Amino acid sequence: MMAKMVSLTIDGKPVEVPEGTLVVNAAKKVGVDIPVFCYHPKMEPVGMCRMCLVEIGRPVIDRASGQPLREEDGSLKIQFGPKLETACTTPVSEGMVVLGATEKVKAGREDILEFLLTSHPLDCPICDKGGECPLQNLTMGFGPGESRYLYDDKKHLAKHVPLGELIYLDRERCIQCGRCVRFQELIADDPVIAFSQRGRSLEIVSYSEPGFDSYWSGNTTDICPVGALTTADFRFRARPWELKAAASICNHCPVGCNLTLNVRREAVSGGKWVLKRVMPRQNEAVNEIWICDKGRLGYHFGAQNAERLEKPLVRKNGELQPATWQEALELVTERFQSVGRGLITLASGRLSNEDLFNLGKLTRSLGGKSILYSSMAGGDLTTQIGFAPGTNFADMGKESAILVVGSDLEEEAPLWWLRVRQAAKRGATLIVLNARQTKLDRDAHYSLRFPFGTAAAAVLALVNTLSPKRPELPESIQELARSSELKAAAKAFAEAKDAAILFGGDGMGLAETQALAQACANLLLITDHFGRPNNGLLGVWPRANDQGAWELGWQPSMNLPADLAQAQALYIVAADPVSDDPAYLNAFDGQKFVVVQDLYLSQTARLADVVFPAQAWTEREGSYTSGERRVQRYYPALQPNAALPPRVESPGSRRAQVLTGLRAELDGPQADFAIPAFLAEKLGYEGFVHASASLVFARLAAEAPSFGGLSYQKLAEVHEQWPIVGRSDLYYGGTTYENTQGLGVQLPLAQGGASLLSWPQVADFKLPKLGGIAFPITRLYDRGATLMHSQLLHKRIGEPYIILSKQEASRLKISQGGFVRITFTDAERSVVVQAKVDEGLPERVVLAPRSFGLPISGPTPVELKPAG
Amino acid sequence: MSKEKPPYILLRHRDIPDLDNLEVYRQNGGFKAFEKVVTQMEPAAVTEVVKASGLRGRGGAGFPTGLKWSFIDNKSWPHYVVANADESEPGTFKDREIMEGNPYQFLEGVAICAYAVQANVAYIYLRGEFWNLAASLDQHIAALEAAGLLGENLFGSKYSLRLYTHLGAGAYICGEETALLESLEGKLGQPRLRPPFPPSYGLYGKPTIVNNVETLANVPLIIERGAEWYRSMGTEKSPGVKIFSLSGCVNKPGNYELPLGTTFRELIFEHGGGIPGGRNIKAIMAAGASSSLIVADERALDTPMDYESVPSVGAQLGSASVIVIDDSVSIPWLIDKTTHFFRHESCGKCTPCREGTFWMSHLTERIANGRARREDVELLYDVASQIRGKCLCALGEFSIEAVLSGIERFRSDFDVAVGEVQTAAHVEQVPASD
Amino acid sequence: MLAEKYAQEIQTILAKYPPDQRRSAVMPLLYIAQRDKMYVNREDMAEIAEILGITPTEVASIVGFYSLYYEEQKGKYHIQVCTDLPCALRGAERFMQELCSRLNIRPGETTADGLITVEPVMCLAACDKAPMFQVQSGAGLSYHENQTVESALALIEQLRSDATRKRGRDSHV
Repeated sequence: MMAKMVSLTIDGKPVEVPEGTLVVNAAKKVGVDIPVFCYHPKMEPVGMCRMCLVEIGRPVIDRASGQPLREEDGSLKIQFGPKLETACTTPVSEGMVVLGATEKVKAGREDILEFLLTSHPLDCPICDKGGECPLQNLTMGFGPGESRYLYDDKKHLAKHVPLGELIYLDRERCIQCGRCVRFQELIADDPVIAFSQRGRSLEIVSYSEPGFDSYWSGNTTDICPVGALTTADFRFRARPWELKAAASICNHCPVGCNLTLNVRREAVSGGKWVLKRVMPRQNEAVNEIWICDKGRLGYHFGAQNAERLEKPLVRKNGELQPATWQEALELVTERFQSVGRGLITLASGRLSNEDLFNLGKLTRSLGGKSILYSSMAGGDLTTQIGFAPGTNFADMGKESAILVVGSDLEEEAPLWWLRVRQAAKRGATLIVLNARQTKLDRDAHYSLRFPFGTAAAAVLALVNTLSPKRPELPESIQELARSSELKAAAKAFAEAKDAAILFGGDGMGLAETQALAQACANLLLITDHFGRPNNGLLGVWPRANDQGAWELGWQPSMNLPADLAQAQALYIVAADPVSDDPAYLNAFDGQKFVVVQDLYLSQTARLADVVFPAQAWTEREGSYTSGERRVQRYYPALQPNAALPPRVESPGSRRAQVLTGLRAELDGPQADFAIPAFLAEKLGYEGFVHASASLVFARLAAEAPSFGGLSYQKLAEVHEQWPIVGRSDLYYGGTTYENTQGLGVQLPLAQGGASLLSWPQVADFKLPKLGGIAFPITRLYDRGATLMHSQLLHKRIGEPYIILSKQEASRLKISQGGFVRITFTDAERSVVVQAKVDEGLPERVVLAPRSFGLPISGPTPVELKPAG
Repeated sequence: MSKEKPPYILLRHRDIPDLDNLEVYRQNGGFKAFEKVVTQMEPAAVTEVVKASGLRGRGGAGFPTGLKWSFIDNKSWPHYVVANADESEPGTFKDREIMEGNPYQFLEGVAICAYAVQANVAYIYLRGEFWNLAASLDQHIAALEAAGLLGENLFGSKYSLRLYTHLGAGAYICGEETALLESLEGKLGQPRLRPPFPPSYGLYGKPTIVNNVETLANVPLIIERGAEWYRSMGTEKSPGVKIFSLSGCVNKPGNYELPLGTTFRELIFEHGGGIPGGRNIKAIMAAGASSSLIVADERALDTPMDYESVPSVGAQLGSASVIVIDDSVSIPWLIDKTTHFFRHESCGKCTPCREGTFWMSHLTERIANGRARREDVELLYDVASQIRGKCLCALGEFSIEAVLSGIERFRSDFDVAVGEVQTAAHVEQVPASD
Repeated sequence: MLAEKYAQEIQTILAKYPPDQRRSAVMPLLYIAQRDKMYVNREDMAEIAEILGITPTEVASIVGFYSLYYEEQKGKYHIQVCTDLPCALRGAERFMQELCSRLNIRPGETTADGLITVEPVMCLAACDKAPMFQVQSGAGLSYHENQTVESALALIEQLRSDATRKRGRDSHV
């Protein structure tokens, strides 16, 4: 339903906005900037800083007739109030006249600024915010020329207060606007910073352990309108005006947050471009203006450092030794040709669409098999009944239902957690269906628990209450199936105009997520919630481009160790199976030919015959397909260590020139899409492109049906977003970047998804009487390769651990933080780790975080003993 | 010219011994009014009576009480009543006496208000220092529950009511009704943005009536004796009686229950026994530290103390906390006291109050201690003017009243303080009154 | 642990507020925590946070905002003299200065035996009975009005002997 429109004038400009719009935002729409400090367009107004004072006049209404009175000239008679009013708290009304530039208003703003400056240290020359500081800018614009405040009266306060090891507070610079506190409470739902004291002594404190314990803390530095909050990462490292900005996409999770990478050329780095910080870039359909701290502070994997692979390596006399590209490519070409169908290419969703396209095509050309390295399945379904074009969490509200199942959403995909929470606050019915408590439960209308190991059955229980075609339910789920809360939730889901399901891999591996996805797909199909905007199935994948991989036909193997063991040659790209699970070691028996392509010399790479050095996503172009099926471009921010191969204009001569170029110039890491193309060309295959990502994408768009009609130009299109951010008025939205380089495009759905699927096989799952079952969980901060390079986060990541039930802990006589020996019986591997105790866990259940060096890809039997 | 003292209405314990005993209170008609409203009156009719009585809020703002009750939002439930017993304005000590001496009349007032707006729970928010008082109110509430005057199905009706005390912990700002609600919710006592006002969005976001203790203590007798009776006292626009807390340079400080419209002269010289030591009266603050300084000339002394008349001498009646200032007092010293108070009590939420009170107190300190330049007086005036009209709540707005009126009306004291006028012994820091 | 030591009292307090508004109990619970030692430490804040389902930071924020809570140890008894305008007009400042000098401390300081802290406070709503002060201790708050320096010193002696007696008794346990 369209809101009623209201007409008013602001500084003489007529404007028409929906009823309820605040004056400050109405002004923004017509290009009138009203300065603010405490107001932020993403949060409810509080009217604290009093900076946005304006004169407001309203039509005088005749009491008798109810009609507005008119002046002699026929214009409306307008009455102004005696006081200035705050534009941030005042909603527009019909006929309102707002004056934002009168002498009275100017004087009022000057008064407020003078007050703020009496407490401010004015240390702009050494302040990290200098150059992008709202207070600095507004002081230039509205501030008094000189200070009437005696310097001796200034309050001197601590300037380097760590609110934790990630965020520092400068108490002198803080102007008590409370944006950070409100963000943490209202948006992040982590009220771990707060005001203490009062009056002029009001100060931000954090009493959490660790300090400022939130995945969202970095956003407070963006919206802080002064230099009071800074990240430990960027503090004192560069001045904002020295930085160049490159548009990018976060590759830590499937959300696809839009980023800006800030880089600077540095003498200390030998004149090279250096990545100085990661900032959010606005995309209201993806991450709005926020990013999580992993995205902001966990970029060092893609930075340039001494551990990066620079040259190809070839095993000679049992040792990996540097080689030329020519030598390495020729060796690989020869061996791949000889194994043909015996080749398995294993690649992960860390790669771009272009990389996966070329890799897949090469593997097919050779007759080999491509396998997606993933702990989750079900992508065949998300390509068919996934999020349809036009889907946006921001549009989900009162008429929507959202089911989150088998997912610890904040840990797995933080921004989706944030946006689902917002949707719930707008009135969407949120159903959280998990084996254990997660943070999202706080916002859920229905918080339902299934016994560990029965996620798919739990979804079938929902189906069961709705469908005349009733799937059979295993014994273990009967109690939940009979509960009135589940029935109410199912009804709410079915009756919602729009409904979406997010399924994750909490406690599950491939087989379990396959069944879960199938059950979810059935629920969507029988309730007719697919194929149109704001409906469909969303996989909370482990990696950024898993959805892209599925769209391009990649699938995981249900028995990867066996597949790998049987292969004659392996081409492993952006994956490190050996680190994840030593069970894979069996595949590396020295008999088969192994090629690894990565940024670093991983455990798997150490076992390879040839290692290709790959460029980081920061060094090249590419595109990812987010879980919401939005294809988004990222751009190079850093120069790769060596020059790119020469650019080729004429398609006819490309191959010859490239080969010439190869011989003469190819050096340093290459893009993941280019390396298979080099191989293809050596093999004499047609239709491969390596010269640029955009050309690869053009091929991809021509060959992969769901990408049809897309181009890099389309992906780069933008339209005006609300709120307007990132222009001259940093005080309004914060230092988040305006999106000028592409909002991306959501893929159309693949054909053939709209018929009822078979029910997934759900065997009854029972916990054992002895020993235990370890279930994998995902922690945002893990010990995976892509994060461990970010040293700043090490404290938060912590050492490997498992989580035990209270009964298990007391049986083992272990208290919180004690050590335990856990034996993974299938993997025949045993490790000593710290134990955390969760009183809510059922007996026999052990939670084991993924990517912490524990061999766990799905529910697996374990034995526990006290350590030592 | 001594008049016959009419019986007390609010400070009835002064006429009736042991009125803080429930039996005694009931023997004197106590809880008849509450029983009457619950058993015989529609809630809205109760509000109508209070409206008709012309009772206005006694906490300082003077808002018509019945009108406030009528604003309760009946589309949102449950409703709450909160008694504001955060009495913290310097110079105000009336609510304490009511709650100590005549607690049941106050509690009955709370109960009637709760019935009128159909609240089943009412909180009494007391300033933290009223620790012992809260304990005694808890006992009185327990006595009422034991007597069946509070609890479920009162007087055989379907109406139920529970009262609870809640102690603050030392924050003047919690006297502001929205800050009080925040505090009661377990948050920082900082005022909310208004609108919405508490009758539509109050405690826990639910419709809430917040009334001052004295206001509520008026209610039982208004119900019992009728609106007309109440209107027979005081003035037409400010009907009824008011407790005037008289303090400062006066022989008999204390609470005086008098009809609204009584003159300053009668209060200070007749009831208060005049100025000690034969000194002359210099100024009056009618609303505690939040007041303007009234020049205590003949016209001012003859001004009736009601909501309409006090503005004629450039001040507000507020909570009727009358602080008497004699001619030994230096006005710069005085405003240093008030600005120091507001600086200490500013919650810090809005810029002008947070920064302005801090700056003002620096300037007044310097001026009062003879370390200031002449320009500092101008600057102080500017800073105070700069705060005006820009604050989120009344605390900041009232913090400047004494400063501006002090400089405007007692300029010579400032000239002395900044050394413009050389006189001996010009600043007696601590005036004698004992 | 407060939850065990004051279980009954905590239940009574929590019962005052709606079940989904437990946070309202933060101030009363802080008074309980402060009772033992006249200040609230981090462990207490964390425990109160857990009881109420809020964060320790939110509890600490309350401790910081309200002037009757202390985050650090001071005297066992806080003699809090109102020196606001009405009291000052009746000699409260001189009273406090004299009292402090008799106790060999400055306002805000604690006596050598660690028992008595004298500090100025804002208006206590007893303006007609100045000089006056309140004594804040683990036992709560009590008002002492129409005071002289001598009457205050007598009270302080009484408090000191109470404290010594109590300490003696505690040491026997």
